[in-house]
Amino acid sequence: MDDPRLYAYLPYRNRPKLVWPGNRPIAVWVAPNLEYYEIDPPAHPKRKSWPRPHPDVVGFSHRDYGNRVGHWRMADAMSEFGFPGSVSLSVALCNHHPEIVADGAARGWEFFSHGIYNTRYAYDMSVDQERAIIRDSLETVRASTGQTIRGWLAPALTHTVNTLDLIAEAGLDYTCDLYHDDQPTPIATKNGLLTAIPYSLEVNDHYGFFVYNMSPRDYADTLIRQYERLAAEGETSGTVMCIPLHAYLIGQPHRIGPFREVLRHIANDGRAWIARAGEIVDAYRAQVPA
Amino acid sequence: MTLDPGYLDYPRRRPGYDHDLYPWSNIHSRPPVRWPDDRPLAVWPCIVAEFFPITPSDVPFRAPGHMQTAFPDYRHYTARDYGNRVGIYRLLDAFEARGLRASVAMNVAVAERCPALLQAVLQGGHEIVAHSTDMNGAIDGSLPAEAEQAIIADTRARWTALGHTPAGWLSVARSQSFRTADLLLEQGFRWMADWCNDDLPYAFANGIINLPLNHELSDRQIINTTQASADSYCQQIEDAADWLAGEGGRVLPLQLTPYIIALPYRIAAFEALLDRMLARGDCWFAGGGAIIEAAQAVSSARL
Repeated sequence: MDDPRLYAYLPYRNRPKLVWPGNRPIAVWVAPNLEYYEIDPPAHPKRKSWPRPHPDVVGFSHRDYGNRVGHWRMADAMSEFGFPGSVSLSVALCNHHPEIVADGAARGWEFFSHGIYNTRYAYDMSVDQERAIIRDSLETVRASTGQTIRGWLAPALTHTVNTLDLIAEAGLDYTCDLYHDDQPTPIATKNGLLTAIPYSLEVNDHYGFFVYNMSPRDYADTLIRQYERLAAEGETSGTVMCIPLHAYLIGQPHRIGPFREVLRHIANDGRAWIARAGEIVDAYRAQVPA
Repeated sequence: MTLDPGYLDYPRRRPGYDHDLYPWSNIHSRPPVRWPDDRPLAVWPCIVAEFFPITPSDVPFRAPGHMQTAFPDYRHYTARDYGNRVGIYRLLDAFEARGLRASVAMNVAVAERCPALLQAVLQGGHEIVAHSTDMNGAIDGSLPAEAEQAIIADTRARWTALGHTPAGWLSVARSQSFRTADLLLEQGFRWMADWCNDDLPYAFANGIINLPLNHELSDRQIINTTQASADSYCQQIEDAADWLAGEGGRVLPLQLTPYIIALPYRIAAFEALLDRMLARGDCWFAGGGAIIEAAQAVSSARL
């Protein structure tokens, strides 16, 4: 099986024209990852949680900075320019730091599941184990926010070949785990249709700062270039730009100021439909019958 | 291949952290801290003075900046020693010319090997922070308890023999075990700088204070890891200062590595940064101990 057969090939040229509400060429969504990394997680045979023996003080405390300090900086900048969050949630954050989840809910943010913890990996999970974390996600987020999650970003981007079938079985509508396109894509599963919504590795703040070692201002410039290009191409057929964030990175004091200017730029540009992930999926499905 | 059923057990899934080291706290909901002269931003320069033995230890791990080639690595041994012979005096001069006080996190081996440097630091009115024995004195969770205890006790004893009693501690690479906070307290340390999760000092459950020395803002991270220029480093620090001063009642930690920031082609940019930060009028420069005292004095929050 050298092709997992996730979706059909569809060239970027000559696609049907997508148009976002208000006749906008580009849908922009912001995806804060609200995460909890355990300080002493159990070992997984396929992936190490921390590079250092537990406690990995720098690794753990860096993530903790996002929850103690960075979240509110990021969230206030988003609220100031009218960007709701679509939250990639380590659902155990509802138990550990409910204040953060409540803050997002009060701002009108949408929550989807990013697993239970970012230190528990799905590789090698049985179907029943994976069903259990999906059910846990639905129940925990519903109890904490009243929302029924509609989407999935695999915990720490760890998958099984069953994941997409199982989240469809549970009634979820979208996956953020596939990086093959700048427009939504229909994903046929054994249990019905999912929509793959463009998330992003390349303009994820994690890639910007940890993979490409960008300065804060270079990262801000990267986001603006990404936006300008996708907005221009969206006149042909509507595009989606996601800005995936982590408060422990973007909420650092040397980064939040330049990032705020990105949000100002996009909000003032006028071409962007600033939306939640579920709204983008709904608008896409309304135009492209399954 | 299936996972152990216990992999989905979460025994520490509960309100607060999954550890008992320190309590949860949202910085934005704490009572405001004000620094002396009602300045909104405390700037904490923390110079590191490190001795890298030419025989590096990999137990428990090799410290960042340590030897890299086969023995004898004269290249890195001497390039690191440059920091203690030359670079650090550029930094001390820069601070003293401007009447500023810093912390110097010093391996006790540096104090023993370079008494002139120790004297210069003390004469400048700077604060000594204990920084383990030398750069082979790393700690982590894999180290046996006795070995860890010995490193901390040895550091304390050797400072005592030199006639000094530093109150603060910085671990090599900020690396600790679950025992470290208790061992530091036992050896008379009142604060540490390793946990980078806040922009203010706060108390651990055992009473020791943690004053975060944010690794993201260190010259090592910005210049060595992300390969930024000195000018970009200065801009990033000023962007951080702008944001933190805007929030008010925050600490901006500057970890300064003499063999990185104090090279001839970088130091002028750093000196100009100091001048611009002084010209702002909203920065209070101080050592870590003074910052903790000020936070305790003006905050009704329990530290």
